[in-house]
Amino acid sequence: MNCFEIKDLHLYYGAFHALKNVSLDIAAKNITAFIGPSGCGKSTFLKTLNRMNDLVEGCVIKGSVQLDGEDIYGGIDLSRLRRRVGMVFQKPNPFPMSVYDNIAFGPRTHGVRKRYELDAIVEGALKDAAIWDEVKDRLKSPALGLSGGQQQRLCIARALAVAPEVLLLDEPTSALDPISTGKIEELLLALRDKYSIIIVTHNMQQAARISDTTVFFLLGEIIEYGETETLFARPANKRTEAYITGRFG
Amino acid sequence: MRGRFNEQLTELNNNLIEMGALIEKAIAQATEALERRDAEVARSVMENDDLIDSKEKEIEARCLNLLLRQQPVAHDLSQVSAILKMITDMERIGDHAADISALCLGLSGQEYIMKSESIPKMATATIRMVTGSIDAFVNRDVAGAKAIKECDALVNALFLVAKKELIALVREEAANGEWAFDLWQIAKYYERIGDHAVNIAEWVIFAITGQHKNRQIF
Repeated sequence: MNCFEIKDLHLYYGAFHALKNVSLDIAAKNITAFIGPSGCGKSTFLKTLNRMNDLVEGCVIKGSVQLDGEDIYGGIDLSRLRRRVGMVFQKPNPFPMSVYDNIAFGPRTHGVRKRYELDAIVEGALKDAAIWDEVKDRLKSPALGLSGGQQQRLCIARALAVAPEVLLLDEPTSALDPISTGKIEELLLALRDKYSIIIVTHNMQQAARISDTTVFFLLGEIIEYGETETLFARPANKRTEAYITGRFG
Repeated sequence: MRGRFNEQLTELNNNLIEMGALIEKAIAQATEALERRDAEVARSVMENDDLIDSKEKEIEARCLNLLLRQQPVAHDLSQVSAILKMITDMERIGDHAADISALCLGLSGQEYIMKSESIPKMATATIRMVTGSIDAFVNRDVAGAKAIKECDALVNALFLVAKKELIALVREEAANGEWAFDLWQIAKYYERIGDHAVNIAEWVIFAITGQHKNRQIF
């Protein structure tokens, strides 16, 4: 089953043609990795999946992006879309408030008010993000006091708190040390059964370690995609091979 | 940290132990077929060789998958590369057990001529060597792996005794030649099993120390 089905997608930033005729089905309850050199369009494409490019001036999008059969560039409610498709960024960005309020922020926005409901959501999200044991005794402390790796797992918990179907992650470990990176990778592997996970990464070893499917972008186009093991062992395209072997890009 | 990778390494080790158990059983049954001149047991060893071959392929695929996806380094790298080398020798041991069984099939219909003293001893020693080399891997036991080499000297000495026993038999009566030659081949297969067990033990030492035959590879 697919979570996203993208057909003939073109994206322009003014005169710059950033995504060229992208068509891709993304499997649900899987980890899909986007790889490619800087400026290849992988982050731009990720952002089209929850309409983060809408506010970019001069951005024009053509083609179709369907989430569970629904066109997200049709009449969909944007707030509902963002609830269904959560996003985590490269740099951890906790809100300047307590650990608890960071997690409760989304559910409150969506109308959850009862304390016991919020408590359950906060605990569940922090447990799912494998950070509960580290923060359960300091839920009222400022989130900005956490380490970088903890902040990033908090941001993942914050995204999970609104029960999304899809989790988008834009280079979520590039600002983290190897220990924190390892914890995030383990976390994503544990979350794979419950969520569809799409990750942009510059780290090809990371894509090989954790993803089920890998998509290689170059100059705004998808050059090749497929099962991760096959793409890394027997890439079909010479440009893919040149990139993953470090001979290009 | 790297919980999934650790799980995969544990599964790989378990697979290797399972393959070890299969080859130990194959040698023991081939020996039983020889001693009891039991064609049925001999056939079963030959049929079960396919299980050993497919276990080798399964472990090989797991190792290559780990190298591709987990990019192991340090001890993890030596462990995965050692397993990749060990299974080749283990598969050959399975082949030799099947070879012994195939010869037992031919012997099973013939009149019993003599009981070799040394061949059963070779069988016992080689089973112990194979078990010992796998145990040394599981327990990360360098001394245990080194002891396998010493056992091989005993197997080689027994092989020479077997050869002399069989030459004496042929001297006594030339008509015993075919029978003696089959037994000599069986003795040779046990001797080769001993050599493969030594190879396995050498890769076990490499997995633990990074040294292979006194050469530091890592």
